[in-house]
Amino acid sequence: MFDFPESWIFAWDIMKFIDGIVDWVVITFEPFFHAFNIFILRGFLVPFSDFLTWIPWWATILLIGLASWRVVNRRFALLSVGFMLIINLTGLHELSMMTLAITLTSTILCVIMGIPLGIFAARSNWFNTLLKPILDGMQTMPSFVYLIPALMIFGLGKTPAVMATVIYAIPPMIRLTNLGIRQVDPQLMEASLSFGTTPWQTLRKVQIPLAMPTILAGINQTIMMALSMVVLASMIGAKGVGTEVLAGINRLEVGRGFLGGIAIVFLAIILDRISQGIAKKNQ
Amino acid sequence: MLEKNIKISCQNIWKIFGPTPESILDNIQDYEGATKQDFLEQTGHVIAVKNVSFDVYENEIFVVMGLSGSGKSTLVRCINRLIEPTRGSVLIDNDDIAQMDKDALRELRRHKLSVVFQYFGLLPHRSVKDNVGFGLEIRGEKGREKDEKINAAIEQVGLKGWEKNQIDELSGGMQQRVGLARALAIGSEILLMDEPFSALDPLIRRQMQDEFVNISSEVKKTVVFITHDLLEAITLGDRIAIMRDGEIVQIGTPQEIVSYPADEYVSDFVKDVPKGRVILAKHIMSQPDLIINREKNLNETIEEMKANENKITFVVDDRQRMMGLMTIEQAEESLAEGKTKVHEVINEEYPSASRNDTIEDCLYLDNTENLPVVVLGRNKRLLGMITRQTIINSMQSGNITNEDNTEQ
Repeated sequence: MFDFPESWIFAWDIMKFIDGIVDWVVITFEPFFHAFNIFILRGFLVPFSDFLTWIPWWATILLIGLASWRVVNRRFALLSVGFMLIINLTGLHELSMMTLAITLTSTILCVIMGIPLGIFAARSNWFNTLLKPILDGMQTMPSFVYLIPALMIFGLGKTPAVMATVIYAIPPMIRLTNLGIRQVDPQLMEASLSFGTTPWQTLRKVQIPLAMPTILAGINQTIMMALSMVVLASMIGAKGVGTEVLAGINRLEVGRGFLGGIAIVFLAIILDRISQGIAKKNQ
Repeated sequence: MLEKNIKISCQNIWKIFGPTPESILDNIQDYEGATKQDFLEQTGHVIAVKNVSFDVYENEIFVVMGLSGSGKSTLVRCINRLIEPTRGSVLIDNDDIAQMDKDALRELRRHKLSVVFQYFGLLPHRSVKDNVGFGLEIRGEKGREKDEKINAAIEQVGLKGWEKNQIDELSGGMQQRVGLARALAIGSEILLMDEPFSALDPLIRRQMQDEFVNISSEVKKTVVFITHDLLEAITLGDRIAIMRDGEIVQIGTPQEIVSYPADEYVSDFVKDVPKGRVILAKHIMSQPDLIINREKNLNETIEEMKANENKITFVVDDRQRMMGLMTIEQAEESLAEGKTKVHEVINEEYPSASRNDTIEDCLYLDNTENLPVVVLGRNKRLLGMITRQTIINSMQSGNITNEDNTEQ
């Protein structure tokens, strides 16, 4: 009598129900998903990845060094050049570029979808209330749970990896855009309205510029979270530095895993500091 | 008196904040006499503006004065519907703005009304020039015409040379100049000023007030000016409305407010006002009893003075220009000396003031003979006179009237 009556439990039915829905979705929308897969692959991932791996290694180092110097400082430029040299010396340049392509593609998708969603959430309390638990879920739900349906839909490869990354990395983009716009001084909104601005003008000339530092912080967070999905992405067939880490784990080659891990950390530091530098410049 | 055009007419404006303002307003008579606190406890609503009506004439500076919480800022926002009045109408050039749809309201704000805020409301990511041009940009102006308007406004407020600066590089006073320039740039007929100088330190405030008086006399705008500072109200206002707990207690010229406070609340306010510096010559001057042309015969003049029991007469030329004063003693002495015309006698040394001089200025004029102060307009035109007794009466507390000096 201390236990919950077993006959009341209906977990099995719910599972069946969800399975049914997923099956139905996979089968019914197969052509659509196929088209979407091709679109993401051909439209973004493959050309981007090809481009990044096509650039000569020294040009990549030069560009990263230059960017670091322009938006951070000279010391960090030297550091990032050092990081990139180490990545090259460990033979991980090409894989790193593939990882960069997936990360940046995911980030771009997060920005394209996240900023409008964040703006909408800032304008509508109703939508914001609805969105909040969904965003919480996206960040806390173990990725594998949505990876399986993603695999069923897109098969192994880069697209489900990007999908999983976007689901995990988009919440800070939406949240910080929402926050940034809500934090705009109501007095400035009033001043702007008193000159007869339309809602669109208020958004474009007042809210977005004033929210920009916060939005840029959101982009920085999104990049970091996207990078943290790299290993998981390799598990479902997206080639990159994560593949090395995974191989290290599978074959119990600690050294291989470690080098892969270091490359991810270096990429993370470079992306973090450069995106933060851009955000600071904008303030 | 000239016929004045009514520019803004506020009629029976109510603003109640709370969940169901309409139904509260329908039963407002039930709460007659309730204090603000009682009303809030009983209804959960706050009355910000309570059945307020007033007219603002074209090109006048109308000041709404009240302490914080008196509803003055809410009231001014009702004029351009930054806050929707619960009831009542606001007519601007006889158009009821409560009836306007969003587009019409937007057009109104873009062209006819501009606002200067206490908190400046400038965009920190824009330069001075781009802030000043904000209103023009919003209504789609561009190119040379826009630049010219911006430059004119910047020059008007004395910010030339600062165009490229960022807002945070400017002091408070300078920032409010930008706010003022932004409002002037759109060339609106009406300027709403919500405590524009309250956030500034006293010296800068004084300077801005002076400059504002100059600017507003140049640009001919109808101004609704909100302040909590009575001295500011008196310095700037053509007329003043005093608000308390959402109601207008008194509307009048500065001199009327200071001299005839409508109730205890207002008289408490004006008690500490240095009247000598508030009341201006034009407020208390009266018509000279006797104005004589300089070519008149001395003989006739003396008779006329005696008939009217005048001790002094004002002598003017054909164009009403003040020539001098003549006392009855002087006149009789000179007649005995054989002089015949008024202009041979007149005393050309007399105390004079202009109509906007304060009565304190009038009092300290060099005037040992206790002559009346002569108020002169442009080209020494005779406008009126003020006796010393009038000045002293008006500086004392209590009522003063223009009739006082006719008794002298």
